[in-house]
Amino acid sequence: MTYAYPETLPPDTRTDAEREAEADGLRKVWEAPKGLRYWTAVNNTEVGVWYTAAAFIFMLFAGVLALIVRTQLSVPGNDLVSAEFFNQAFTLHGTVMMFLFAVPIFEAVAIIILPQMLGARDLPFPRLSAFGFWCFIIGGVFVCGSIFFNAAPDAGWFMYPPLATSEEAGIGADIWLLGLSFIEVASIAAAVELIIGVLKCRPPGMHINLMPLYAWYVLIVAGMILFAFPPLIAGDILFELERMFDWPFFDAARGGDPLLWQHLFWIFGHPEVYIVFLPAIALLAMIVPTFAQRPIVGYSWIVLAAVGTGFLSFGLWVHHMFTTGLPSISLGFFSAASEAVAIPTGVQIFVFIATLLAGRIVFSVPMLFAAGALAIFVIGGLTGVMVALAPFDWQAHDSYFVVAHLHYVLIGGVLFPIVAGIYYFFPLVGNRRLSDRLGKVGFWLMFVGFNVGFFPMHFAGLRGMPRRVFTYPDEIGLNMLNLVSTIGAFIFAAGVLVIVWAVVRPKGREPYAARNPWNAGTLEWVAEMPGESWGIRSIPIIKSRYPLWDDPNLIADIDAGRYYLADASEGHRETIVTSVLSAQPLQCLRVSGPSFVPMFSAAALGAVFIFLTYHWWWPTLVAGVLALVGILYWLWTATAVIPDKAQKDVGLGLTLPIYVSGPKSVGWWAMFITMTGDGTAFGSLVFGYFFYWTIHDDFTAGVGGPGAAWPMAALAFFLAAWIAMLVARRANAAGRPGALRGLLVLSLTLTLAGSAAGLTGPWLHGMDPTTHVYPAIVWVLVIWTACHGAVAVIMQGFCLAGSLSGRLTRQHDIDIHNVVLYWHFLAVTALVTFLVVGLFPLAQRSGG
Amino acid sequence: MRLIPREVESLWTLFTAPVIWAGHFLAAYIGAAVFCAKQDLLPFGFGGVRAYIAAITLLALAGIVLAGFLAWRQWGFGAEDPPHQGWSREDRRRFQGFATLLLCALSLVAVVFTAMPAIFIAECNP
Repeated sequence: MTYAYPETLPPDTRTDAEREAEADGLRKVWEAPKGLRYWTAVNNTEVGVWYTAAAFIFMLFAGVLALIVRTQLSVPGNDLVSAEFFNQAFTLHGTVMMFLFAVPIFEAVAIIILPQMLGARDLPFPRLSAFGFWCFIIGGVFVCGSIFFNAAPDAGWFMYPPLATSEEAGIGADIWLLGLSFIEVASIAAAVELIIGVLKCRPPGMHINLMPLYAWYVLIVAGMILFAFPPLIAGDILFELERMFDWPFFDAARGGDPLLWQHLFWIFGHPEVYIVFLPAIALLAMIVPTFAQRPIVGYSWIVLAAVGTGFLSFGLWVHHMFTTGLPSISLGFFSAASEAVAIPTGVQIFVFIATLLAGRIVFSVPMLFAAGALAIFVIGGLTGVMVALAPFDWQAHDSYFVVAHLHYVLIGGVLFPIVAGIYYFFPLVGNRRLSDRLGKVGFWLMFVGFNVGFFPMHFAGLRGMPRRVFTYPDEIGLNMLNLVSTIGAFIFAAGVLVIVWAVVRPKGREPYAARNPWNAGTLEWVAEMPGESWGIRSIPIIKSRYPLWDDPNLIADIDAGRYYLADASEGHRETIVTSVLSAQPLQCLRVSGPSFVPMFSAAALGAVFIFLTYHWWWPTLVAGVLALVGILYWLWTATAVIPDKAQKDVGLGLTLPIYVSGPKSVGWWAMFITMTGDGTAFGSLVFGYFFYWTIHDDFTAGVGGPGAAWPMAALAFFLAAWIAMLVARRANAAGRPGALRGLLVLSLTLTLAGSAAGLTGPWLHGMDPTTHVYPAIVWVLVIWTACHGAVAVIMQGFCLAGSLSGRLTRQHDIDIHNVVLYWHFLAVTALVTFLVVGLFPLAQRSGG
Repeated sequence: MRLIPREVESLWTLFTAPVIWAGHFLAAYIGAAVFCAKQDLLPFGFGGVRAYIAAITLLALAGIVLAGFLAWRQWGFGAEDPPHQGWSREDRRRFQGFATLLLCALSLVAVVFTAMPAIFIAECNP
C-alpha cells in the first residue's frame, strides 16, 4: 500500500518551547564529539571536510613536485635534480594527482553535499565513510612519504612492466602497488555509500525525475567505480605476486605478457578519466542554473550525457595502446568509441551554454571558474578527438603533445570546476562567502598561467620532445617553449596559492553569509548560517526539481520542524529510507554514531599493506588478525541492531518500520554492490586466463593442469554449500533455529572441503607457479576462490554466533539474507573457476 | 504470450540500450582479437570476421530499436514535451521514457561507429 502524502501541512499545535526542546534533542544527538574524541566523528559534515582537506593537501604536495619537474626542464642540460629523483618526482606527481586528489575529491565533496541535497541527515553507512577516509589518509601518507626516503615509485604513473617488475624498480613499485590497492578499498567503500545514498536516501516524494543532476552524476560515477577499479585491483594482485614471489605474469620468457598489465591498467585508467571528470562537471550542473537563475535547459539530456559517457568510457581503453602492435581492426573499434564519446560529452556543454543563454547571468567567481573550465576543457576535448585517431596518435604518442592534452582535459574538466565548486559551496561548510577579490585574482593567475604553461607543450610535443625525459639538448628548438612553460607553471601555482589563501585565511571577524546566499533552488541551501550539525531540521516532502524556487514557505516549514523526523526522542541518529523510483518512505533508518572502530580497523588494515611491502610476514599476520577483530567487533556491535521497538511515528501520520531485511534493507544493497565490484575483479582474472590462451599456440606449455577430478569435487562441495545456505535461510524464515544452526555448520564444513579440494588439484599435480604463467594463473584463480570460501566461513560462523546469542532470529534476519546473497556470487565464482581450470584444458586439447 | 513486452516499473530499463552497445562492442572486439590470434587454426578467413560483425551489428541494432520503441511508448509516443518535471507518476514515466529514448539514439550511433572499421579493414595486420 502506498502512503498518501498530506495535501497541506496540518496546523502546528506545538508551543515554541516544545519546538525548541525538539531542536535541542536533535542537536544533542548529532553533535560532533569534543576534544580528542572529535576524531571519532563519523558524520558526513566532519568526515567530508577532513576528506576534502586531505585531498587538497595531497594536491599541493603533487603540485610542488610538478614545479620541481618544470624547473628542471626550464633550460637545456639542467642538473638541478638527478635523473633518478626526476623519475620519482613525475611518477609521484601523476600518481598523487590521480589517486590521492582527483578521485578522492569526488568522494569527499559528494560525502559533504549529497546528503544535504537529498535532505538526508547522513548517508546510510557513516562509519564506512569514516573507514574509507582513514584508509585514504594512511595509504596516501605512506605513498607520498616514500619520496623523502628516496624510495618513491619511479616507473611512471602507469607502472609498465617489464620496467616496473625489474630489479631496478626497487621498493617504490611495491609501495605504489600496495599503497594504492589499499586506497582503492576506500573508493569502493565510497561507491557503495553513494549509490545507496542516491537510490535509497532521497527525501519523500523526490521522484527519480526530480532529483538534482548532481545525484545523477554521482550515481553513474559510483557505478563506474565498481567496474573500473576492480580490474586494477586484479592487475595489482598479479603484479605484486610477480614482484614478491616471482610468478611470471608479465615475464615474456616464461609465457607471461606485459601487455596484460596494460590492458588491466587502462580498463581502469580510461574510465577513471571520466570518473574524475563527471563529478566535476556535475558541480557545474548545479552552479550554472543558479547563476542563470532558471532551471537547467534539458535535464533529460544531462541524464543522457552522464549515462552515455559512463558506458562509452569503457570502450576507450585501447586508445592508450595504439602503438603496441594490436591488430588494426581492434584499433578501429577503440578509435570509433573514442570518437563516439565526444557526442555525450559535447551535449552537456551545449546544455550549459543553452541554460546560460536562456537565463539572466549573474556574474560571480564560481561562474568565472565555470567559464574558464569550459574554455580549457573544449581545447583538451578537441586534441582528444585528434589523438583518438590512430594514425595521428602514432605520431603524438608519448610526446609532450599528450602531456598538453591530458592537462587541458584534467585541469579544465576537473580542477577549474572543483575550484568553482569550492567557491560556490564554501558557505555550507565555512558559513561565510570567500573573498570575491581574491577569487578574481586567483582565477586570472590560474587561467593565464595555465595556458602559458601548457599550450606551448603541444608544439614541444610536435617538435619531438618525448614525455618523461629529465633533460634535453640545446639547439633542437625546445629551449624557448620549455622556458615559457615553466614560467606559466609558476604563474599558475601562484593562482592556486591565492585560492588556498582565500580558503584558509582567518575569517572570524567577517559576517556570516546570508542564508541561501546565491539564491539557489536546490535543497542543500536550506542549511542554516551558521550551520547546525543535524543536516536538516525536518525532512521535507519534495515535489519539484528546484524546491526552494517553487515553494517560498519551504524553509520556514522545515525550520519549524513541520515535516518528518523533527525530533530525536529516543536519542538515536535517524534518517528516512525511500523507494528507488518514487521515493515512497519505507524505513526509519538508525545510523551509527561516533566510534574509534573505523579508525582502528583502517589502521590495522593499513598496517597489513605496509608490512607486506617490506615482506615482514609475522607483523603482517598480526595486523591482519587485528583488522579482522576490529571489523567483526564493528559488525557485531553496530550493524543489524535489534531496535527497542518495531516501528516509529515519524510525523504527518506516517509510521515506518525501523528494522527491515532482504532487498528492502540498505545492507543488502551494500552487499550486492560490493559483490558486483568483487565479481568484476574476478572477471578480470578470468580475462587474464583467456588472454594467455590467445597469445600462445599451447597455453599450457606442456605443463600438466590441475586435472578434472579435484576441480569437479571442489565445485560439487561449493554448490552443495550454497544449497545448504538457501535451505538455512528457509529454515530461519520458518522459525526453526535448530535446523538453521545445523545447516550453517553443514555449509561451513562443505565450504572448507570445497576450498581444500580446489587447492589440492594444482598441488597434487605439482604445478609450480614460478616456472610458467599457466600454473601461475591457475593458482591465482583457485586461491581467489578459496579466499572467498574463507570469508564465507567467517560469515557462517558470524550467523551461527548470532543465532546462538539471539541476534539472528526469524524476525531479525538481516545477516542471513546478506550472507545468502554473498553466496549467490560465490557460487558463480566457484562455478566459473572450477569449470575453467578443470575442463578448459581438456576442451582445448581435444579441439586444438 | 505477448510479442511486445509489458511496461515495467524499473530504473534498470534506462540502461538497456547502452548495455546492448557494451555487449556488441565486447563481442566485436573479442571475436576479432581471438580470430587474429588464432587465425592459423581456423578454417575461415577475415571475411568470416566481417560477416560475424555484420550479424552481431544487425542483432544489436534490432535490440536497440525494440528498446527504443518501448521507450517511445513509455514516453507516451511523444504526447507531451519535456521537461517532465511535474510531481506525478505520469511525469516520472515520461521522463524515464524520454531519457531512455535518448540513450537508445546514442547507442544506435555508437554501434554503427563500432561496426564501421569492419567495412574498411580487410585483414588482421599483424
